[in-house]
Amino acid sequence: MRIEVIVNNRKIEMDVENNEFLVDTLRRYGFNSVKRGCDTGNCGLCTVWVDEKPTLSCATLAVRAAGRHITTIEALQTEAKEVAEFLVAEGADQCGFCSPGFLMTVLAMKKELQNPTDEEIKHYLAGNLCRCTGYVGQLRAIKKYLGVA
Amino acid sequence: MKQVNQPISKLDGLNTTTGKPVYTDDLAVANALVVKILRSPHAYAKIKSIDTNKAEALSGVECVLTYKDVPNVRFTMAGQSYPEPSPYDRLILDQVVRYVGDEVAIVAAIDEKTALQAMKLIKVDYEILEPVLDFEHAEGHASVVHAEDNLEINFDIGMDRMNNIAASCDMGVGDVEKELAESAVVVEETYYTQAQAHAMMETYRAFTHLDHAGRLTVVSSTQIPFHVRRILSRALQIPKSNIKVVKPRIGGGFGGKQTASVEVFPAIVTLKTGKAAKLIYDRKETFSCTTSRHAMRIKVRMGADLEGNIKAIDMAALSDTGAYGEHCSTVFSVAGYKTLPLYNQAKATRYKGNVVYTNKMPAGALRGYGVTQGIFAMESAINQLAEKLQMDPAELRERNMIREGESNPILSGSKPGKPAVLASSTLDRCIARGKELIGWQEKYPRVESGGHKVRGVGMAITMQGSGIAGIDTASVVIKLNEEGFYTLLSSSTDMGTGSDTILAQMAAEVLETTIDKIIVYTADTDIIPYDTGSYASSTTYVTGNATIKAAEDMRRQIIETAATFMAVAVDEVEFNGKAVAALDGTKSMTIDQIAERLTMTMGEGKTQLIATGSFGGDTSPPPFIAGFAEVEVDKLTGKVEVIDYVAVIDCGTVINPKLARIQVEGGLVQGIGMALYEDVRYTDKGKMETNNFMQYKIPCREDISKITVAFESSYEPTGPFGAKSIGEVVINTPPPAIAHAVYNAVGVNVRSLPITPEKVLLGMINADKA
Repeated sequence: MRIEVIVNNRKIEMDVENNEFLVDTLRRYGFNSVKRGCDTGNCGLCTVWVDEKPTLSCATLAVRAAGRHITTIEALQTEAKEVAEFLVAEGADQCGFCSPGFLMTVLAMKKELQNPTDEEIKHYLAGNLCRCTGYVGQLRAIKKYLGVA
Repeated sequence: MKQVNQPISKLDGLNTTTGKPVYTDDLAVANALVVKILRSPHAYAKIKSIDTNKAEALSGVECVLTYKDVPNVRFTMAGQSYPEPSPYDRLILDQVVRYVGDEVAIVAAIDEKTALQAMKLIKVDYEILEPVLDFEHAEGHASVVHAEDNLEINFDIGMDRMNNIAASCDMGVGDVEKELAESAVVVEETYYTQAQAHAMMETYRAFTHLDHAGRLTVVSSTQIPFHVRRILSRALQIPKSNIKVVKPRIGGGFGGKQTASVEVFPAIVTLKTGKAAKLIYDRKETFSCTTSRHAMRIKVRMGADLEGNIKAIDMAALSDTGAYGEHCSTVFSVAGYKTLPLYNQAKATRYKGNVVYTNKMPAGALRGYGVTQGIFAMESAINQLAEKLQMDPAELRERNMIREGESNPILSGSKPGKPAVLASSTLDRCIARGKELIGWQEKYPRVESGGHKVRGVGMAITMQGSGIAGIDTASVVIKLNEEGFYTLLSSSTDMGTGSDTILAQMAAEVLETTIDKIIVYTADTDIIPYDTGSYASSTTYVTGNATIKAAEDMRRQIIETAATFMAVAVDEVEFNGKAVAALDGTKSMTIDQIAERLTMTMGEGKTQLIATGSFGGDTSPPPFIAGFAEVEVDKLTGKVEVIDYVAVIDCGTVINPKLARIQVEGGLVQGIGMALYEDVRYTDKGKMETNNFMQYKIPCREDISKITVAFESSYEPTGPFGAKSIGEVVINTPPPAIAHAVYNAVGVNVRSLPITPEKVLLGMINADKA
């Protein structure tokens, strides 16, 4: 079916299957930052914003995006680079495959939490898996980025 | 040093992190055929008939391939130097299917929906066979996993095919039985290590197409481009010269991508159809149709005198390679020869046993490559020996472990009658520092933390290697471009570790420049000289040494060229990275000017400076780690929490402190996952139960608390700037150190990984009953 979605502040008409998930639609339309890491909503790689809220695009039917605002990291390059610089400075970038989804959650957290504790940060980001870093380097970087180190 | 030993940022970090399209699927052509695999629902079966007519007739289906359509030449998917020790025991598609998930048919269609629909239209009639599922009963089982007579081996690996033995090993020194008989104290225990999944975030994938010259081009998320080229050449029966393999950025590997699990399937579609093809494994296929760590059983017998001098270590091992023998003999032998040299004071050591075929997913390479398994058994036994001797386990190790300058006949690089010498080690300092950092004196063995919780500390030590002695080879080319910047060409395969960056650091150190002046271009078999790939902890050591040689060659060429341009003798100039100047101060040329005169200024130099360097190690210098765990055990539930994990590392000179630290932290957490909950499990019918992140749990960030990392650098004389490896050694200590800490906390010795709450609680209940 045909739906109208606002992706990164531009209105796009998309042809989608009834059972298609948003992650696949977005990749099909060239938003390659969005990665698929699992099929069970566990890894967080596919995180995008739906109406500003971090959302797993692998667990969101594409048709449900009709009329909504979808934001991917392509539209947040300035803000993303700001976080990325802290990750890279810590050496916690590693393979980078989980990073776009991770950064989308980090950017949402920054809007939502004021001066979070370590536990609050870990809890907010718990849905974003990473197999390379062991997480502690990411935590150091995110705390510096948030100014709570 | 200005570049080496500096915390330089990864050169690709900002772009990979912010979502630039640099991974395999991002680069695939838009109209590539979608490839899907029909898989066996049975653990062991023979295809009686397969009907693909309806599937082929479906609109949009490009081809359906079965065992009748593939070359009848067996090969291995293991990425190893030729001649591979892994047996050539698989076909692209076989009439016999050997595990649940084994490939039955390849479907290629214009889109995923059509391909999935076509798969449902294939009718397969199976003759179901009795599977071999329990690796402890595989030897001599009535079913033979590889009954075919065209299986090939390149050399003797101790295979006994009709008894399901894929490989065997028997190594050692001295008379183990005599030393054990004369030992005052003997520990004898059996340990089990489980199959572990790599669980890299980017699943397996490759896309293929024919290039302008009609050659097969393969873009793959792989650690082994040159091995993939050779594997495809054999499997598809086409010349290597007709294949090009390119590795873009990879979303993690951990050894999984040292096996060419997927490339052959889109490749055969492209060859049959002439069209571009793409295969992306989903998470379920990644868990259940590729490889995992070899599950092993290791019985250790260890004897010592009453003063704690170890007399003998005997390890009798059994390994489960699953349906195919990828890395079967090498993972197995490494579990012995990279653990036994640790205790050099032992008079006799032996490592012996078999690797068996079963009807489960094949095992393969995974970070640690057998050492992880061997170390769990060996270090757990050492801890128990210390307990028996009523000796501090750190002291027992210090008394018996190998030290810098000592030789050991099992150490890599040894020759008959000529044991290799350990040229660098600060393991003694690692242990001392680790004890301080964990608070060993105050906390060993346990601290009651009030109520139903108790804390214990435990320890383990380990070694690994740096590349494969006498086998790994790397070549590096550096060219001087026309504005005084360089291109470094290497076919090592940065999988996120930062190896591209550390090679640039080494080149920049020699050339006295900065890494922004060095373009690193990697992993393209058409352009770049040979490199075995990034595995076996080889890149820093092997490719690093080749990089230094190439950079030194470039430095020499720059000096000679500039001296000629300035009409000054070579020994009367000096190069400081920016310019070559005459020692008497009369003449000088900047690197930009030299480069320009060579290439652009009317072709005056009539040449371009291209430097090469090659390296292969005669030894494999071991890095060392002393690991210490502090755990808190809930006595009511048996749940174990790692409160602090301390690792002190000797990896020689640390080339990049921040990247090395992250390697350690990441590896420790993978090891903590293996210690506590990661476990590849099968049903009693042989179907994998743990084929998604719901069932197979890897650590999430709320599972991890404090990780403490420190370096105690030795200087490895054969290493690049004194460096050894770091990538694998980091995963080995958590399982035995955590098991030890749990024992010290609640007195339960868990000898079968993972250390689940059930095992701990049952251990406590049983101890109470006794």
